[in-house]
Amino acid sequence: MVDGTENDIKPNGNYSSDNNLLIDCKNVDVFYGDKQALYNVSLGINEKEVTSLIGPSGCGKSTFLRCLNRMNDVIDSCSISGNITINGEDIYNPNIDVVELRSRIGMVFQKPNPFPKSVFDNVAYGPRLHGKIADKDEMSHKVEASLVRAGLWDEIKDRLNEPGTSLSGGQQQRLCIARAIAVDPEIILMDEPCSALDPIATAKIEELIDELKTNYTIVIVTHSMQQAARVSQRTAFFHLGNLIEVGDTENIFRSPENEQTEAYVTGRYG
Amino acid sequence: MPNYHGLFVILSSLLPCIIFLIVFISIDGFIKGVIIQNHLPNSLILLGREEVDFSVSILRNNIHNLQSILSLEILSTDSANSLYNYYFFYRAGFLTLIICITTFLAYLAGKKLNVRFDARRNVEKILKFIFFVFSIVAVLTTFGIILSLIFETVRFFSQVSFSEFLFGIHWSPQTAIREGQVGSSGSFGAIPIFTGTLLITAISMLIAVPLGLYSAIYLSQYARPKVRNYFKPILEILAGIPTVVYGFFAALSVGPFIRSTGESLGLTVSTESALAAGLVMGIMIIPYVSSLSDDVMTAVPESLRDGSLALGATKSETIRKVIFPAALPGIVGAILLAISRAIGETMIVVMAAGLAANLTANPLSAVTTVTVQIVTLLVGDQEFDSPKTLAAFALGLVLFFITLVLNILAMVTVRKYRERYE
Ligand SMILES: Nc1ncnc2c1ncn2[C@@H]1O[C@H](COP(=O)(O)OP(=O)(O)O)[C@@H](O)[C@H]1O
Ligand SMILES: [Mg+2]
Repeated sequence: MVDGTENDIKPNGNYSSDNNLLIDCKNVDVFYGDKQALYNVSLGINEKEVTSLIGPSGCGKSTFLRCLNRMNDVIDSCSISGNITINGEDIYNPNIDVVELRSRIGMVFQKPNPFPKSVFDNVAYGPRLHGKIADKDEMSHKVEASLVRAGLWDEIKDRLNEPGTSLSGGQQQRLCIARAIAVDPEIILMDEPCSALDPIATAKIEELIDELKTNYTIVIVTHSMQQAARVSQRTAFFHLGNLIEVGDTENIFRSPENEQTEAYVTGRYG
Repeated sequence: MPNYHGLFVILSSLLPCIIFLIVFISIDGFIKGVIIQNHLPNSLILLGREEVDFSVSILRNNIHNLQSILSLEILSTDSANSLYNYYFFYRAGFLTLIICITTFLAYLAGKKLNVRFDARRNVEKILKFIFFVFSIVAVLTTFGIILSLIFETVRFFSQVSFSEFLFGIHWSPQTAIREGQVGSSGSFGAIPIFTGTLLITAISMLIAVPLGLYSAIYLSQYARPKVRNYFKPILEILAGIPTVVYGFFAALSVGPFIRSTGESLGLTVSTESALAAGLVMGIMIIPYVSSLSDDVMTAVPESLRDGSLALGATKSETIRKVIFPAALPGIVGAILLAISRAIGETMIVVMAAGLAANLTANPLSAVTTVTVQIVTLLVGDQEFDSPKTLAAFALGLVLFFITLVLNILAMVTVRKYRERYE
């Protein structure tokens, strides 16, 4: 399913950032059965900055995001062609270990999905899985550090043994972020992480995303243009499975080159 | 709404009619008795209570052709005729009364009707009442059964001591009848038959739980939808096979097979063994475990599975560490239901495990179970108040209690599970 045709590459936008290209997608097509969900998408994502994916729903944002950690493999009907590299390594190479790949890429979902386990066990889930940490104290430190990073430690340090599902929605989502951080990923993918949260919880998550970008490369799908403008350095606009335009967030919102983009970001879409 | 007006009239006249009929049927016997008593000759009454009761019951059963029992010389021809007339008028009178009342009510209901009358709401009320009555009937029946169990059990314990029944290790109720010593002798130590039930249930669960769980995991997690659509109904057919069929499969195929295998290994195996019955019962129970477990595992939200996979867990790690624990309460519920099904199973055990109340944990020997003993206690002729018969009620009550507790536990765990994901 992987063929990296070099011709007909769409522009990746202007790289005004000094950061290095970390993820490079070329000519990505995705099909669900006979139905094509992404058309020849080529998009580069820079290291240690936030890239947001915007566009009307059903345009393929989630599909694209799930290509990056091969979560689309889980869907039987889904097939992918094109070329995606991370740090120059082709992630659709048949020799690659998908499980190891996913452990390098954290993912946060639209609806908070803590496991029905204690807060501690939720965060410790990934490290335990990969057998990185054998020592009990070390594990406690890891859990604490992850929760601190996710801005949750002070709120719930006395509730580590309570089920993760007993936290509030916003806390649950930050728990999921802590859970993702605990496996030390390079990249964190977020699929509309705030769409199930109230404005205050949303603000906290946005703040957190801003802090996290110093250590992680973040790709976030959002339906809120304000959110994209607030948290991201680069923005990509998708429409009907096509990548219409990508560029610095400021440019995309101030002076988009494409008419469709302009119509969407100014709210005249539809 | 002319429909509703018609329905209202029908319901409000027929319903009381039915109620009167039920009342009539239930007091009919009593009234018959009174009429008959009044016609008995004094000479008979002097003979004493038992003689009177006996005559009354004969007359009661033959009240429609008293001529045929004149030869018994209970009644003279005259008083027989008079009795019959009384009976006839009483019946005719009652039926006329019912018809009158019904017509009257229909008339009243009809008068109530006019354009503004809200027949729809009134029909609704009446229907609600009817449904209520039906549900009450179901509940009352249950209570009736439990009460009769308790009542007979109390009678049993007035003849056999409580501690003998619960802690005795010797079960041979037959001897009491054979020697004609009603109420004495016979051993009613229930321990061997409860251990027999326990042994066979344990064997069947050893088969059903792993097989059922693994097939549930396969069906819910690995199988393609197409495969699942075929496999699941086929598995569920296992539960629909009549237990007699399992019984002769166990008795004619599995039992002899175990025996010959055991003998070639130098073990003594009886043809009827706990192992044979347990194995076959285990197979029968697989769908009880697999079907419900499959449902609860399928119901674990996709988002949990994706969350785990995205953290770099393999599929089997995800199943073991997230999906299975999340579904565990539901699975426990499924297993409890399966256990209570196994405890209640009778036919397979009768046919494959024998009747001998051996106190043993050896799966190769013949054992018997509570349900089987209840059957053997009640099959054949016996007096209704012999301890042998009453023992069946005591066993039934204990069995009922055990399965009740298991079912409640199962319901509670499954409900807790449901709440968690809603
Ligand atoms: N599992 C799936 N099976 C079939 N079609 C899918 C599946 N997931 C998404 N699609 C289709 O792919 C298109 C893109 O969906 P998605 O990536 O979820 O859009 P977005 O996240 O931008 O709203 C939609 O038309 C959707 O119907
Ligand atoms: Mg989406």
